[in-house]
Amino acid sequence: MLDLTYEPPKPKVISGAKHDWELVIGMEVHAQVSSNSKLFSGASTQFGAEPNSNVAFVDAAMPGMLPVINEFCVEQAVRTGLGLKAQIHLKSAFDRKNYFYPDLPQGYQISQLYEPIVGEGEILVDMGPGVARKVRIERIHLEQDAGKSIHDMDPNMSFVDLNRTGVALMEIVSRPDIRGPEEAAAYVTKLRQILRYLGTCDGNMQNGNLRADVNVSICRPGQYEKYMETQDFSHLGTRCEIKNMNSMRFIQAAIEYEARRQIKIVENGGTVEQETRLYDPDKNETRSMRSKEEAHDYRYFPCPDLLPLEIEQAWVDDIAANLPELPDEKKARFMGDYGLTEYDASVLTADTDSAGYFEDVVAACDDGKLAANWVINELFGRLKTDEKEISSSPLSPAQLGGIIGLIKADTISGKIAKDVFEIAYTSGRDPKEIVETEGLKQVTDTGAIEAALDQIIADNPAQVEKAKVNPKLAGWFVGQVMKATGGKANPKAVNQLVQQKLGL
Amino acid sequence: MSIDKDTAAKVAKLARIKVEEDQLEALAGEFNAVLGFIEQLNEVDVEGVEPMVSVTPMRLKRRQDVVTDGGMQDKILSNAPDAREGFFAVPKVVE
Repeated sequence: MLDLTYEPPKPKVISGAKHDWELVIGMEVHAQVSSNSKLFSGASTQFGAEPNSNVAFVDAAMPGMLPVINEFCVEQAVRTGLGLKAQIHLKSAFDRKNYFYPDLPQGYQISQLYEPIVGEGEILVDMGPGVARKVRIERIHLEQDAGKSIHDMDPNMSFVDLNRTGVALMEIVSRPDIRGPEEAAAYVTKLRQILRYLGTCDGNMQNGNLRADVNVSICRPGQYEKYMETQDFSHLGTRCEIKNMNSMRFIQAAIEYEARRQIKIVENGGTVEQETRLYDPDKNETRSMRSKEEAHDYRYFPCPDLLPLEIEQAWVDDIAANLPELPDEKKARFMGDYGLTEYDASVLTADTDSAGYFEDVVAACDDGKLAANWVINELFGRLKTDEKEISSSPLSPAQLGGIIGLIKADTISGKIAKDVFEIAYTSGRDPKEIVETEGLKQVTDTGAIEAALDQIIADNPAQVEKAKVNPKLAGWFVGQVMKATGGKANPKAVNQLVQQKLGL
Repeated sequence: MSIDKDTAAKVAKLARIKVEEDQLEALAGEFNAVLGFIEQLNEVDVEGVEPMVSVTPMRLKRRQDVVTDGGMQDKILSNAPDAREGFFAVPKVVE
């Protein structure tokens, strides 16, 4: 496998009225485990069901009900940990985080504060060819999701749906290693990509299956380096936490706004209060969630309903042995084995469907570079026009591989290949058959090309004279021959003949 | 550690338990008695002793990832003081 080295990106610098400032960002991403049933109950996790229909008595916190853990959810947390090259803790434990809210019937959330199942890991966040940020992961723990409150159905009441209550979440906590809004979005993108490769979370942000809390602080240039050296937070500014964002665009806008807000406070001689804030996309601002402040006293204690979670090393090893190839490895392999650029390899490994399609095309035509060009430039563009996903592409990898095979065999030119592509895409026909039936075969017979060229030379004596003075005009003759042969002439052969006949 | 009246009032508020002003002093006294007992336990030397989390030698019970429960909106809502259109209806809470 190709070993890639990266330069870290430059941190984002924002100029205040008095100084330059840098950003320091840490993230807590809540990823819903892709399980059928909930973390501690047998109720379904299906999205969009009738309100309160996916609820067991455990989820509704009826007296006397006890939680029983879903082993699949534990396995997904371990898989995710292994995918982030993290330590797996063979012993972890559950704690109660106590607070009152209408969508939390228990009055506490079962979480893992003191002994999380996954410890330190890392994510390489790609910021462009040759540039990437290594973001340290502090921990991943398993916890329950809360229900959903709806505030706009009635003027005086809030409506509560407990369908999401108790669904398993993995909270993935990063160190404050992210240095700008774009890096924050890239971090979520990369994390989402890894989760989707692993199959542990579907990454659907619109449905709230992946949400991020963002911790933002500001510091003067040079301070962050002191923090990294000592791991002493006193070198950094006071952070504010922006809660519950489920859009890449909002994450970036919220960080940008929040950083400028903090800079303004500090430059005016004030101090930033550590607090929880909410981003309002309509006004593009963050607001303090004062009501949450007192509730911050969560009075965590070990959950008496659940024994510690003990897993065996052999089980972890088994999960590790069955991990799929992950994005970084796949990208490096595509670059090494197929000679792709880092950019092309990144585009093709963005998701497993694209990567799989590409490899099937390569298998059918045995040319990685051509396959990459056709998939990225032609197929992706065509699918985008149709608003189709690659998984439902009307053109199969075998068909696209067939087209590329015809180009390689000099049966058709690249230009004709685009026509064949369109016909194959819309009709599902076999490229070889299309070329034969439609008579699109490239003319390599120099006799036919020569005849066409002779005719053009005879008809355009003035152009011939001009071309003798200005050899660049040879291109005009090539174009005319291509036109006369309906684009089927082999451009290489035409070029040669034109040079010859004009004596260039 | 000693619990005063204000701390007792704060704990009661966090637990959403209504305690009358004239009861707070007594409540603080009870907290202190409990904490005093815990402090006494602290005198025991537990160096090198694995914390015991359960009195039964059991492993955490697990279940398979199968849907076996739910589909009983009526029962879930049956104790609700107010329910509408399948939802619990509660006094408005807005951030």
